[in-house]
Amino acid sequence: MSMTRPLIEISHLSKSYRRGDQVIPVLSDITFDIAAGEFLALIGPSGSGKSTLLNCIAGIDAVDEGSIHIGGTDITTLSEGELAVWRSRHVGFIFQFYNLIPVLTALENVELPLLLTSLSARRRQEHALAALAAVGLPDRTDHKPAQLSGGQQQRVAIARAIVADPDIIVADEPTGDLDRRSAADILALLGRLNRELGKTIVMVTHDHRAAEAAHLVRELDKGELRVAP
Amino acid sequence: MLLLRLIVKNAFRHRLRALLTIAGVAIALTAFGLMRTVLDAWHAGVSASSANRLVTRNAVSITQPLPIAYKSRIRQVAGVNAVAAGNWFGGVYIDEKNFFANFAVEAEDFFRLYPELIVSPAEQKAFAMDRKGAIIGRKLADRFRWRVGDAVTLRGTIFPGQWPLTIRAVYKGARPDTDETVLYLHWAYIDEVMKKTSPGRAGQTGFFMIGIDDATRAAEISRNIDAQFRNSQAETLTETEKAFQMGFVSMSEAILMAITVVSYVVIVIILAVAANTMAMSARERLGEFAVLKTLGFAGPALGGMLLAESLLLSLSGAALAMVLLPAIADAFAKNLAQYFPIFFVSPRTMVLLPAFGAAVGVLAAVAPAVRVGSVRIAEAFRRIG
Ligand SMILES: Nc1ncnc2c1ncn2[C@@H]1O[C@H](COP(=O)(O)OP(=O)(O)OP(=O)(O)O)[C@@H](O)[C@H]1O
Ligand SMILES: [Mg+2]
Repeated sequence: MSMTRPLIEISHLSKSYRRGDQVIPVLSDITFDIAAGEFLALIGPSGSGKSTLLNCIAGIDAVDEGSIHIGGTDITTLSEGELAVWRSRHVGFIFQFYNLIPVLTALENVELPLLLTSLSARRRQEHALAALAAVGLPDRTDHKPAQLSGGQQQRVAIARAIVADPDIIVADEPTGDLDRRSAADILALLGRLNRELGKTIVMVTHDHRAAEAAHLVRELDKGELRVAP
Repeated sequence: MLLLRLIVKNAFRHRLRALLTIAGVAIALTAFGLMRTVLDAWHAGVSASSANRLVTRNAVSITQPLPIAYKSRIRQVAGVNAVAAGNWFGGVYIDEKNFFANFAVEAEDFFRLYPELIVSPAEQKAFAMDRKGAIIGRKLADRFRWRVGDAVTLRGTIFPGQWPLTIRAVYKGARPDTDETVLYLHWAYIDEVMKKTSPGRAGQTGFFMIGIDDATRAAEISRNIDAQFRNSQAETLTETEKAFQMGFVSMSEAILMAITVVSYVVIVIILAVAANTMAMSARERLGEFAVLKTLGFAGPALGGMLLAESLLLSLSGAALAMVLLPAIADAFAKNLAQYFPIFFVSPRTMVLLPAFGAAVGVLAAVAPAVRVGSVRIAEAFRRIG
């Protein structure tokens, strides 16, 4: 291996679902690398396994075969508890429907991942405020998710994803629920996180505009991966 | 603290549902406590009885009298240190609904036998001096606002006629389970009137209360007393005061058992209600728990959060019950004093409220907590989209 070993190395990854005695292959023998600092878009038709692949990379779904080395650790060998700790340190999550906790304010939502760190309450708040400022929402700290627009909620979600300073950000259709303007803002924000903070981003999307924001686009089709034209 | 706020906010997310659950737990625990208190009240006569006292009555039935002449023969039985004749008087004050227990007793021996009835020496003397005097319990005095010196006339039922009395003393109980609602008058007063109006009923008494030196010899002394009167016209049955009281209680054994069972059924029902609340709560928020798990919260921590929510609701209900129960028991005690002279919530019952509250909280949360703790992230997200 060279000194610039890729951050994420996926090799011979396979996964299938069983429905009754029917086996539905979703991912078959997928091998590819993602370099540190990459901004990758995964595209492909509905049901092609994009979310499944993303979830495997992020350590929230199990693989059947193959390995996923991230920063030198094969996460497919980690126990559930070890994976939880690993996720909290290395991965930030952005979802299509934001998935904020509705009873908490924006600031509290962002602070949430820091409960798993040893930071003091004061320091946690400072970090959360800084993250909200970084996504352009310094004045919405006391709002509940229901009091925010979709775009604003997604910004809060992004603040939550970056607050613990992970190396990798995974995003499953982060603009899927947004209008064009908000979508463009969110993509610009992701681009900034990638450029300015050096976050490695893996984004699943249907939206070709979103894919254009990425450096590299890979297409999944029938469980197989190729570099999109 | 953020985690605590999250737990509290989640517990009260559906305000109406949370409040109904708390109210349900509070009402159920109050009902449970009230039923236990009724049972305690029922048994109070038994627990207040002394192992150093025996009661001798007619072997045929409690309603049949014994000759007063038996007294001196009982007194001579080895181990007996005091004997007092006593009669259920059954007098009514103005109206039947004013019911309270009233007994005719031989005052001097009686108070020696019942040291738990506390009377000032001066009042005791005044009572002893007045043949038409009466001594009443503190609660009875409060109920009718009677004071020492007041004239009270009882209408006889068992002993016909009007019975003018003067309150000469008020006793208070030495222990919380001492009955403070009784009126005692002089056995001699009744006997004196009987001699004039119905001589056939003079020289008789309902039962003898007996003091013994050694409680461990109760059975032997009882046998010796009854042996004295075997084959006489009125054979006796002597038993400990406790057994005597139990005789009354066991008549309603089936009812007591039913109340006991129902009191626990109420707990089981509220457990089912609370478990349903927690199961709904867990199911609705499975996606949120999956998000928390994604962020790195461990399964047991999530289960613990749900458990804490459940405990918050059930213990709030228990706290409410701890306020409600004494208040309701108090109202009960005031209105039902004639049936339950000893009616108070025991410390044991007060401790059982939070204990059962906690048990309900924990048991209600077990299944949903396991479900939440073991939520499969990818599958939960697939469900919520
Ligand atoms: N738990 C499961 N049981 C059975 N089949 C499943 C399960 N999860 C996913 N699948 C199947 O796996 C395939 C890939 O699903 P996945 O969600 O990864 O697709 P996707 O590319 O993200 O689609 P979309 O663009 O619609 O989000 C689908 O055919 C889906 O039906
Ligand atoms: Mg998908």
